[in-house]
Amino acid sequence: MLCILVGFCLQEAFVSRTTSTAIPRSTVATMAATRRNVLRGIGLSGLAVGGASLLAACGGDSGPATGSGATVKFGINEAEGSGPAYDRLKAIAAAYGKESDTEVKLNAVDHNTFQESINTYLQGTPDDVFTWFAGFRMAQFAEAGLISDVSDQWPIDGLNDSFKQAATAPDGKQYFVPVSYYPWALFYRKSIFEKNGWAPPESNNDFMELMKDMQGKGITPIAFGDKDGWPAMGTFDILNMRLNGFDYHMSLMAGEEKWDSDEVKGVFETWRTLLPYHQADPLGRTWQEAATSMGKGESGMYLLGTFVVDAIADQADDIDFFTFPELDSAIGADALDAPIDGFCVASAGKNQEAGKAMAKWLGSAAAADAGNAGADAPFIAANEGASTSSYNDLQKKSAEVVGAAANIAQFMDRDTNADFANTVMIPSIQAFLKDPDDIDGVTASIQEQAASIFG
Amino acid sequence: MTHIDEAPQSTEPEKAVAPNQGRAKKLPTRDRATVITMVAIPLVLVLLLVWLPAMLSVVLSFGKWNGFGDLGTIEWVGVQNYKDIFTIYPAFWPAVKHNLIWLTFLFLLPTILGMLLAVVLDREMKGSRLYQTAFYMPVVLSLALIGFIWQLFYSRDQGLINQVFNSEVDWYGDPDINLWAVLVATAWRHTGYIMLIYLAGLKGVDASLREAAAVDGASEVKTFFHVIFPVMRPINMVVIVIVVIESLRAFDLVWVINKGRNGLEVIGALVAQNVIGEATRYGFGSALAVIMMLISSIFITIYLRTVFREERNR
Repeated sequence: MLCILVGFCLQEAFVSRTTSTAIPRSTVATMAATRRNVLRGIGLSGLAVGGASLLAACGGDSGPATGSGATVKFGINEAEGSGPAYDRLKAIAAAYGKESDTEVKLNAVDHNTFQESINTYLQGTPDDVFTWFAGFRMAQFAEAGLISDVSDQWPIDGLNDSFKQAATAPDGKQYFVPVSYYPWALFYRKSIFEKNGWAPPESNNDFMELMKDMQGKGITPIAFGDKDGWPAMGTFDILNMRLNGFDYHMSLMAGEEKWDSDEVKGVFETWRTLLPYHQADPLGRTWQEAATSMGKGESGMYLLGTFVVDAIADQADDIDFFTFPELDSAIGADALDAPIDGFCVASAGKNQEAGKAMAKWLGSAAAADAGNAGADAPFIAANEGASTSSYNDLQKKSAEVVGAAANIAQFMDRDTNADFANTVMIPSIQAFLKDPDDIDGVTASIQEQAASIFG
Repeated sequence: MTHIDEAPQSTEPEKAVAPNQGRAKKLPTRDRATVITMVAIPLVLVLLLVWLPAMLSVVLSFGKWNGFGDLGTIEWVGVQNYKDIFTIYPAFWPAVKHNLIWLTFLFLLPTILGMLLAVVLDREMKGSRLYQTAFYMPVVLSLALIGFIWQLFYSRDQGLINQVFNSEVDWYGDPDINLWAVLVATAWRHTGYIMLIYLAGLKGVDASLREAAAVDGASEVKTFFHVIFPVMRPINMVVIVIVVIESLRAFDLVWVINKGRNGLEVIGALVAQNVIGEATRYGFGSALAVIMMLISSIFITIYLRTVFREERNR
């Protein structure tokens, strides 16, 4: 309790000194516009301090642990009225309540507030089940004992091995139940490709030819914006997975490899050769602006998550994608970034049994179907048994591509220590983009700081 | 803000308590209780809300802690955080530099411009109220909102400036330019702020002083520099303090623009990057905050010394 109090004081001290504003991250993918983001941030900055108490809002009643008449508390990272994401979670909660005759108490918190107060939340009086992400951040909570082992609920019908792997912490047990995901790939406009007689490249040679042809026709091959710092992580991820392989990528993320190694330098060197094909001056451009340039046909392709369509909704039907081509035949091209969203059971939750039972159900096809039936826009369900009838073409293809991938990474800011990703990698990648010739300097600086953080 | 926090520490214990005892005989018990309560409550609040967290930050700055588990899980690393900040944290020295540029710029341009505007507007010209309102308007807006408004001008691909001049300047993205772009946006607000404070001060200057100067045949400019400006000393002091504080707490604008990275590093934003949000380097962030506190204290000390010296001379 004391630690929470101190944490509070600290947070309060910093907030009052600095006026906290919400942080947009890759995980806020569904937010359509920066403006909305900013306004939302302003409105919520005042709430930041009270956020944790909001999160912890709960009663102390007790009934039967599971089954009819039981109560389970469900914390979700979407505020009421925030769009389809909230509607889906609400519909899922309602469906579970009906199905199991359990009373599901929904605790809806704004996305950024939820993420920023997650530490105090989990160490205070958290809900039994809460929304979270696969990857290092899940593993970190598992190691700290803040989330419960749900391996007794696995295997879950319809969730294949790659999802099980993504739900597994380094101790070999599962602490997570996936519900949905979205892939990162190279997006393009079908009509523009058709008009110019272009086709998705099969090999790196095709890819280079395609980009040269685009440049010849006065089109910037790859749209690029990194003002917010995280979008360029996607480029690093995919280049590292193509050049050094998935296993190397994951151990690099876990802090087990050196950042000033030849492998990492190789990634930056390849990136440097590709930079002339990217939009210039990425550091002043948001991903929405970069997406707009692809939407207008000024850029040919854009490496981003499927949320790219949020920024160019008018052309949504004209958008297609392909995965990044193979760069090294020994490595192949069967790995990609596809961040998975899902649920964890909080160790400090009052009703462990009910929480675990609910978590298992949340991974089922029924849960995904209930969610997609209850909202305008569907998510791509992790469960292969889920109905795909409400999917648009992009989502159908996403499901296919991710299903075919041998390895799925979660995106750099979910795969590695959050401290490292936010305070070291974002500025370092930006430093590289500012001065692409100083690869030795950038990698040396990353390694020094990595050594200090990973210890 | 901070100078208020520090003032009670040095004055209240001696000044408020000592005369209290001396006057105790004259004051009825009830009044005495009132006085003690009025002093004690703010004192306790200041200690509890300002000094305790500040001291805890200092303590935390010697540790490494990600906020998981209780206080026992803090790994005490001595001055490692400070060493890292000074040697391997690439953002720190640029941040110090940017804060200093911020300070100098605010003094040289918006502050002087604001004073000038105040002097001009004080002359009761036609439409003076309209100008006053127009210049003051930006002050009402939060800096976060100002960051957004200026984004509409500065955006590289869709911004007004590049559209009108047909240029391709990356105003917010180019690290050599963006600090100045942000300073212009800050100045837009700061000028009005200083103008209003100064205008209020000018209205308070005794009109007979001007008349006397006019009778003696002093020109307008001479009157201002030799008569009005010295009389305005208390206001000038307030202006200086405001400028210093504003530039030290420079944060909101850069945070809205790019979270204080890529050419917009300022110390306040670095603290936030490390402790607010998903990164939870409490020790490292606290060390940065302590450094910021130390820098502020230098200015606060200078200010307080000047103020007290003045009081003594009176």
